[in-house]
Amino acid sequence: MSDFFYRVHFYLFGLIAIASALAFVTRKSPVAAALWLVNTMFSLAAIYVMMDAHFIGAIQVLVYAGAIMVVFLFVVMLLNLGHPDELSDIKGTWGKLGAGLLGLAILAQVMAMARSQAPKELIQPVGEAAKSLRDLNAVGVIAKPLFSEHLLAFELTSILLLVAIVGAVVLGKRRST
Amino acid sequence: MMVAEALALSAVLFTIGVVGVLTRRNAIIIFMCVELMLNAVNLSFVAFSRMYGATGQVFVVFVMTVAAAEAAVGLAIIISIFRHRQTVDLKNINLLKG
Repeated sequence: MSDFFYRVHFYLFGLIAIASALAFVTRKSPVAAALWLVNTMFSLAAIYVMMDAHFIGAIQVLVYAGAIMVVFLFVVMLLNLGHPDELSDIKGTWGKLGAGLLGLAILAQVMAMARSQAPKELIQPVGEAAKSLRDLNAVGVIAKPLFSEHLLAFELTSILLLVAIVGAVVLGKRRST
Repeated sequence: MMVAEALALSAVLFTIGVVGVLTRRNAIIIFMCVELMLNAVNLSFVAFSRMYGATGQVFVVFVMTVAAAEAAVGLAIIISIFRHRQTVDLKNINLLKG
């Protein structure tokens, strides 16, 4: 019974994600598009939580829906793009047709890749993920590999963020001439 | 469990992102489509982490960091383009077009 509810909710959030993503690419107004994208991100966060990635779900809400999308909305507001002019920015028939064909090709390729078999020795035994989640709790599951095997990458990421901050300030600064 | 469904959802979201990049001309919306593609990839990382261990979730953390840095720099670039051209429509930003 609980498996049935799990499935129903998984499909429900999946459908919400796809529907909001479709609404996102078809809205004319950048503000409406951004809010639909926030909706997609929230339902993805729900799916992360359902897949036992609790910390990732929380970070998804905080960083993606909370921080990154607010920056996007801020830029839309700053440039005063909230009101779409009568001319839509969606390309004409040929553009849509080409994009649709290319999209179908990419979808077929990705689906074909998703069906391929992984090497047996890489797959961990069933129940291993739930066991490590029980032993290490939601944050420990990520923190342990992050601060041991991937420590160098973690430190490099901090440098990347510093460079990005400096770059954003330099690019966004008004020329003082 | 549900790994195949999550991968299919990830593929669909990624494709919607690609179609968005190809059909829109507003630079900010194209940028948001790129974020949607990153989200789709994150979903497949999380799905695979059910099978191959928690390293996939560590990669998701890195992808999110890079996405945040990319959003900051990219939006700063868009703002400075807007200062020069008074538009973010890619139809009018065609200096590199042959």
